[in-house]
Amino acid sequence: MAGSTHGLVMPPEGGPGAGGFWRQAWRRLRRKRLALCAGGVIALIALVAFAGPHLSGIRYDSLDWDAIAIPPQFGGAHWLGTDRLGRDLFVRTVYGVRISLVIGLLASAVSLIIGVVWGMVAGYSGGRTDEFMMRAVDVLYSLPYLFIVIILTTLFERGSLVVLFVAIGAVGWLTIARIVRGQTLVLARAEFVEAARVIGVGPAAMLWRHIVPNLSGTIVAYATLAIPQMILFESFLSFLGLGVQEPLPSLGNLINDGAREMQSAAWMLLVPAGFLVVLLLCFSIVGDALRDALDPREGSS
Amino acid sequence: MLAYAARRLAAIPPTLFIIVTLAFVVVRAAPGGPFDAEQSLPPQVKANLERAYGLDQPFLVQYVHYLRAIAHGDFGPSLKYRDLSVGALIAQGLPVSLTLGLAALSVALALGVPLGIWAALRRGRAVDHGIMGLAVLGLVLPSFVTGPFLALVFGLGLRWLPVAGWQDGNPYYLVLPVITLSLPLVAYIARLIRSSLLEVLQSDFIRAAQARGLGRRRVILRHALPPALLPVVSYLGPATAFVVTGSLVVETVFGLPGTGRFLVEGAINRDYTLVMGMVIVYGLITLTCNLAADLVYGWLDPRVGHAS
Repeated sequence: MAGSTHGLVMPPEGGPGAGGFWRQAWRRLRRKRLALCAGGVIALIALVAFAGPHLSGIRYDSLDWDAIAIPPQFGGAHWLGTDRLGRDLFVRTVYGVRISLVIGLLASAVSLIIGVVWGMVAGYSGGRTDEFMMRAVDVLYSLPYLFIVIILTTLFERGSLVVLFVAIGAVGWLTIARIVRGQTLVLARAEFVEAARVIGVGPAAMLWRHIVPNLSGTIVAYATLAIPQMILFESFLSFLGLGVQEPLPSLGNLINDGAREMQSAAWMLLVPAGFLVVLLLCFSIVGDALRDALDPREGSS
Repeated sequence: MLAYAARRLAAIPPTLFIIVTLAFVVVRAAPGGPFDAEQSLPPQVKANLERAYGLDQPFLVQYVHYLRAIAHGDFGPSLKYRDLSVGALIAQGLPVSLTLGLAALSVALALGVPLGIWAALRRGRAVDHGIMGLAVLGLVLPSFVTGPFLALVFGLGLRWLPVAGWQDGNPYYLVLPVITLSLPLVAYIARLIRSSLLEVLQSDFIRAAQARGLGRRRVILRHALPPALLPVVSYLGPATAFVVTGSLVVETVFGLPGTGRFLVEGAINRDYTLVMGMVIVYGLITLTCNLAADLVYGWLDPRVGHAS
């Protein structure tokens, strides 16, 4: 950690009338048109994902025997086509987006909680505890994380959504732990922490009341970057047949189905793949922008 | 340096031991067993099968037996492919996976480094924005999307390349899988090189080299590039882990007879010995590659002290 000046100690740089930390961050973020657009696209997709299946009136697992594997058609009953079993591809994809989003959010929350607590405790304790905890992170880092997820998902019933997001989240906390630890190291030496210690604030209260609020910017930024990672994990596992199970759709198993049919029905691959790519792209654009806005230490290039 | 290397090397067996133990516990704790899929199996036959493979014994006894076998280099028989040993299965698939992985890493370096340099030297211009935009896309696109997509376009659409298969390592069949696997790596390495080169170009010794009147090419290639390559060296460890997991998808998408499917199949079938064998082999590969990357880094960067 080279940063000797922490972002929060830096004087306001927005000139006259520069408000608090979040106000400044919002001002920096608002200048990024691309990130705002990406955020809008995410909101739109989320809206469609949660409202769409109700509006169309078709269930994700209802079969239409009169429309087997029909290509996308405007104005038709199935405007993004159907799959081999006559299930509406729009409804299935949108439902899959919903499952992916929910699992992604929950898994991010799991990994965030583990990572923040782990990094904070390591950074604040220092010494041998820190050494040991971070060495554990190093060892886990060097392993192919998906192996661990694969083994964890087989631990319980295949396709259990709870197991899925806990397993994914339990593996994705390493980066966050490292970053939080680095920042905590800096914060732990700050004067206000010293002052609090002098008045007799205990370690738990110190972490919760003084360290966590100062880490909030970093946490929000990396949470946004974690979500696409988690969505990616989930689709990856479902693609391999280890995640969400039929008849429940997920972007991963839809892409897997589509890849098998692509010779005769390319849309079955392109529709879910398109949704996944747009979603991942938007999340990473927003995440990058948030990191730049909330973490001035990183500098904006 | 040598002492450091020896100490790091000595840390591999204990790490591997922890991995083996964890995997053993977790795999056995999973519900169901390797002989559940064959539903018609009478209980007596199932019991006999379990006895034959030693699965009826207490957990700790099985664990000790397994460790002893592993110490002798014996991965045991596969519980699913009953005529084959796990060692034979892995030996069959590993050359394919290694070829794919090494080819992908080489392509990633061969493309990523020059692209990163190019972007850094044209900072803020169209080339830079173009390369970095593509890099974002390369990082975001998962291989299970790029793989089928490339197969669709170049295999089924344009008919330039075969869609799937191995054909004893015919390079023609390797093009699409290798591109699919290396794309995110190319993107990551290009970004890494760009930012580290830009940082190095700011430093005093570069200004000194320029002040001495050295040519631009010489300053960049001889003075700026070597230190700028260091982050890439330390990224090679995680990159191996990425290639190992990525090959799971790429082998599935392109129907390559590598080892990737053994892990997934083994986990689904509760083929305990096969999963364990895969965990050990891939664990060993990533641990060695991480070590190699760290050692090369220490060798290249005189600032890294190995005293502590």
